[in-house]
Amino acid sequence: MNVKFNNNEIQLQRSDLAAIRDMIPEKAHILDLGCGSGRLLYALKTLKHAKVMGVEHDQQKILECAARGIPVIHASLDAALTDFCDASYDYVILSRTIQSVQRPDIILNEMLRIGKRGIVSYMNFGHINARIQMLFGHMPVNRNLPLPWYNTPTIRPGTASDFKDLCKTLDIKICREIPLTNEGDYLRRLAVLWPNLFASNSIFVISK
Amino acid sequence: MAQENCSSSVGIVQPSDYLFEEELPLDCGRSLKGVVIRYETYGTLSPEADNAVLVEHALSGDAHLAGYHSAEDRKPGWWDDMVGPGKPFDTNKLFVVCSNIIGGCSGSTGPRSIDPDTGRRYDMDFPIITIADMVRAQERLMRHLGIRKWFCVAGGSMGGMLALQWGVSYPEAVNGTIAIATTARVSSQGISFNWVSREAIMNDQHWLDGNYEEQPQRGLATARMLAHITYLSDESMNHKFGRALQESPDSNYVFAFSKDFRIESYLAHQGSKFVERFDANSYLYITRAIDYFDLSDCADGNLAGALKPVTTPFLIVSFSSDWLFPSYQSKELVRALLDNGNDVTYCNIQSSYGHDAFLLETESLGSLISSYLTNLPWEPPK
Repeated sequence: MNVKFNNNEIQLQRSDLAAIRDMIPEKAHILDLGCGSGRLLYALKTLKHAKVMGVEHDQQKILECAARGIPVIHASLDAALTDFCDASYDYVILSRTIQSVQRPDIILNEMLRIGKRGIVSYMNFGHINARIQMLFGHMPVNRNLPLPWYNTPTIRPGTASDFKDLCKTLDIKICREIPLTNEGDYLRRLAVLWPNLFASNSIFVISK
Repeated sequence: MAQENCSSSVGIVQPSDYLFEEELPLDCGRSLKGVVIRYETYGTLSPEADNAVLVEHALSGDAHLAGYHSAEDRKPGWWDDMVGPGKPFDTNKLFVVCSNIIGGCSGSTGPRSIDPDTGRRYDMDFPIITIADMVRAQERLMRHLGIRKWFCVAGGSMGGMLALQWGVSYPEAVNGTIAIATTARVSSQGISFNWVSREAIMNDQHWLDGNYEEQPQRGLATARMLAHITYLSDESMNHKFGRALQESPDSNYVFAFSKDFRIESYLAHQGSKFVERFDANSYLYITRAIDYFDLSDCADGNLAGALKPVTTPFLIVSFSSDWLFPSYQSKELVRALLDNGNDVTYCNIQSSYGHDAFLLETESLGSLISSYLTNLPWEPPK
């Protein structure tokens, strides 16, 4: 699989990943938990000369990371974070993954043990579209949350406000919050004012 | 010619021998005179000598890594799927070297070689050797070949131990390491299997304290059968043999101790095949070297400490059903490397083949190796 990647490879389609890319400083040490096929890390390595490492549990995605030249550890996020030393990274990223682990609270503490800062990309179940669907008695299934309740990997649905409450409980500081919306959302301008209702996804930069 | 049959084969290859002029000092305090190393090479060494890869063989392997020894040769080298033009170890780009370890019986100096001091076979007078001794001998071969630094050292099983040892013994001579289905320290279970294997050989009345003219067939075959079980998995054995009987599927038990189940016949076949190609004394010496392998010995049991001088990227691969060197042992290694801040790629390949998967899961493993080598940066020797 001698794949050579071209410049398109560093164009990130997902707006949350692009936002994360833009906030990472040059040459930072980055750990991406649930790094998938390594697109974000590849962009950070190429554009920001970051020293990167990924953790992923899907074998096929690990092969894709390797093909991109991204170092990656095969592990489940519910088990393996003890392998990483205290304060060994500048940023630990958890993008659209916190709602897929057994214990989001434990992983947040682990992130801030391993990294100086954490970046969490969080799917907001408090978005107005989700609320409308709930009002009609169903768990949300939409563009941002495409899978039904019985086979979605998001086993810990929560709202942006729930996330903030959890951080408060854990004594975690939210240094920055970036509400994100989808292209074409007619209420997207309101997301800055009222993220819990109008942001489909939020990025939180956290620290202890 | 084999080359015409298969375009991605390295074709016909010839082994070479390198005779050391100087004695080789060993960990046990003794030294070996007149050491010969048997090796094969594939591809072309670049003028800068920056494309040399050393592939390490496992316990019963040899220097014949890929290709054929003659036009009539039916069986290619032991890792032919992985080494050749366009293959993961791509001989269009890389100069690949494989050498038989010292202590072996396939061309390099071992217990059945002649001791230059006495003019007789060493047999059990051969010194106890270690994995580090084997690497020390290979380092001389490296210099003989005009190489100052390997682009990568790779190996599976015991070969993985050699690959890891290379980095610790000669950190300045290794640019990258691939360690497959292996461990940084052999466990109590691993030592146990080797002990029972050696007991089987040494209790064979034909072993004659190692001075046999004809192999102690029963002992060596029993040792191999035991080892072979550890290379398989419960799942792969069930899948391949189940409880199938030797004669016919509907025949009844023979109610005797002769080979009744197909698995029994398979193991007996593996045992007798092994006796034809592998020397019993070599088996004793190599298994002992494996027992003594603990990379952390040089740092008072601290694996990360032992690996500290090795700053290169690593590829570590284990297999989910391997119970000889289970994945937790690879994870221990990964953890030590993470402690040291190395770039590590680790994959626990899902496989039912057990330890043998390192020779069989060529697709996933090949993809990982090829990606690793393609992306591995070259740091020229200082």
